[in-house]
Amino acid sequence: MKSAGFSTPPRISSKLTEQLGFNLLRLIALLTVLPIVGVIVYILVRGLPAISLEFLTGFPREGMRAGGILPAIIGTFYLTLGTAVVSVPLGVAAGIYMAEYASDNRWTRLIRIAIINLAGIPSVVYGLFGLGLFVLFLRFGTSILASSLTLGIMTLPVIISTTEEALRSVPNSFRVVSISLGATRWQTIWRIVLPQSLPGILTGVILGLERAAGETAPILFTGVAFFLPRLPNSAFDATMALPYHIFVISTQVPGMPVEIQYGTVLVLLVFVLGMNLIATLIRQRARARRQW
Amino acid sequence: MQRSQVTETIITLLIRISGYSSILFVSMILFFLLREGLPALGDVNIGSLFGTRWYPIESLYGIWPLLSGSLIVTLGAMLISLPLGVGTAVYIAEVAPPWINNLLKPLIEILAGLPSVVLGFLGIQVLAPFLRTFLNLPTGLTAFGGAVLLAMIAIPTIVSIAEDALNTVPSGYRQAALALGATRWQVIWGVTLPAARSGVLTAVMLGVGRAIGETMAVMMVTGNAPVLPTGLNALFVPVRTMTATIASEMGEVANGSPHYHVLFFIGMVLFFISLMVNIAASSLSLQGRKRAERVLS
Repeated sequence: MKSAGFSTPPRISSKLTEQLGFNLLRLIALLTVLPIVGVIVYILVRGLPAISLEFLTGFPREGMRAGGILPAIIGTFYLTLGTAVVSVPLGVAAGIYMAEYASDNRWTRLIRIAIINLAGIPSVVYGLFGLGLFVLFLRFGTSILASSLTLGIMTLPVIISTTEEALRSVPNSFRVVSISLGATRWQTIWRIVLPQSLPGILTGVILGLERAAGETAPILFTGVAFFLPRLPNSAFDATMALPYHIFVISTQVPGMPVEIQYGTVLVLLVFVLGMNLIATLIRQRARARRQW
Repeated sequence: MQRSQVTETIITLLIRISGYSSILFVSMILFFLLREGLPALGDVNIGSLFGTRWYPIESLYGIWPLLSGSLIVTLGAMLISLPLGVGTAVYIAEVAPPWINNLLKPLIEILAGLPSVVLGFLGIQVLAPFLRTFLNLPTGLTAFGGAVLLAMIAIPTIVSIAEDALNTVPSGYRQAALALGATRWQVIWGVTLPAARSGVLTAVMLGVGRAIGETMAVMMVTGNAPVLPTGLNALFVPVRTMTATIASEMGEVANGSPHYHVLFFIGMVLFFISLMVNIAASSLSLQGRKRAERVLS
């Protein structure tokens, strides 16, 4: 069909193009999402047979080819907790500074550039930094402490930006009313702004910790051990951790039963996606309740 | 009264210090990378550092094979994730009904939270055997496998930032074009995407940044062969990236040895690459925002 005018192609063909284009976009979205669903379903199906009470509460035996993965589960729990202790107070305080105190000047712009760069630094470079500063220079050794500090600094930018965003979404009238009633700036933040933005902050914190819990590269040289016969006693002990354990049993141990590998992956996935689910639920509840 | 003022001053000071801490941490990271990485220039002569062979046992520390390994895997990842990521963002922002978005967005967020070691594990267990038989290769552990996994890792970044960029295009633009008789498809191609181009470009650059810095997934599936890839089949042979080299060799080197310093030197290179990518991306998105403000006012 030949077009009648130079600049006005026939209506039918442009409608057809639209149909084709939309279908192409649908196909692309499907291609993007299907592997995600596939990954989760596949790991569930292959991993579930390995899950038992002994697997979750026992120590590895026979060179990790049998037994459970308790030390790795506990280790990941400790590391996530340590990361939270380091990154939550500092990150939330920094977010408060950016949203409530910082004026738009050169220093603030510099802080912003620093935050953006912290977010972009490769995780293995954080590992090098943790090795250089915490393990060697400060002599913490390969320990939960060194790993938590490394992961904590890595998690900071996520917490800072989500906190700032959550605080900024609180309407300014809240602050004006509080200040006009005689409250100080900090009282206003502590009693009015923070409670209002708590769900947003919490969501950001959990998503940040979720990423930290699944990271391997930053803890590789700062705190994890290949195998430990007992649980760590203090923050200065090294620990096993789920992500590193997955790496070890899938690449370093010959003759590793596949079932245990999938089971371990499933446990990490439940740990991480569980946090993701909690964050989503908090966000949805807050949205439904919001009064402004 | 006096006491509450003291509290206020102390808390304000603490918050201010926390605010500035990011600058401190970036500087400290840079300081320790330079401190441990720069001695490499003294330990190993520069010609050898930029040579074409990485063979630490014979003190050959050429980082070219590693750099090109990183570039090839990242390039492959972009070829896959660019159409998928931008396409999905356009679909979410412009085409899909809300109920589909309520399915798509959480799934993309789940992908963002999947630990890279999990993807690497599936790369070894599922993807590599599949690629070996499907493409009839001697080994499935190739740059291409790494590129596929990296694409999955970069996609959430690309989708969320590109979607934000599309959403900030004022709806007046779309309505004006529709009123002139354009189809929705023509609006997307002719109006929305061009208007959001700096945001989409930012998304792609940050995706590159994520891909080039990714460690575990690539280390597990790219086959770990530090050879300088040549020719068209470079995607289908084993390679080794900079990140994987650091991760797999740092555990075995003696602190303070030339090998140790060279690994930190590679970390330094990675730091500067991510610095450049991020500064470029943020100045690009700032430019885009300024232009949008000019147009709107």
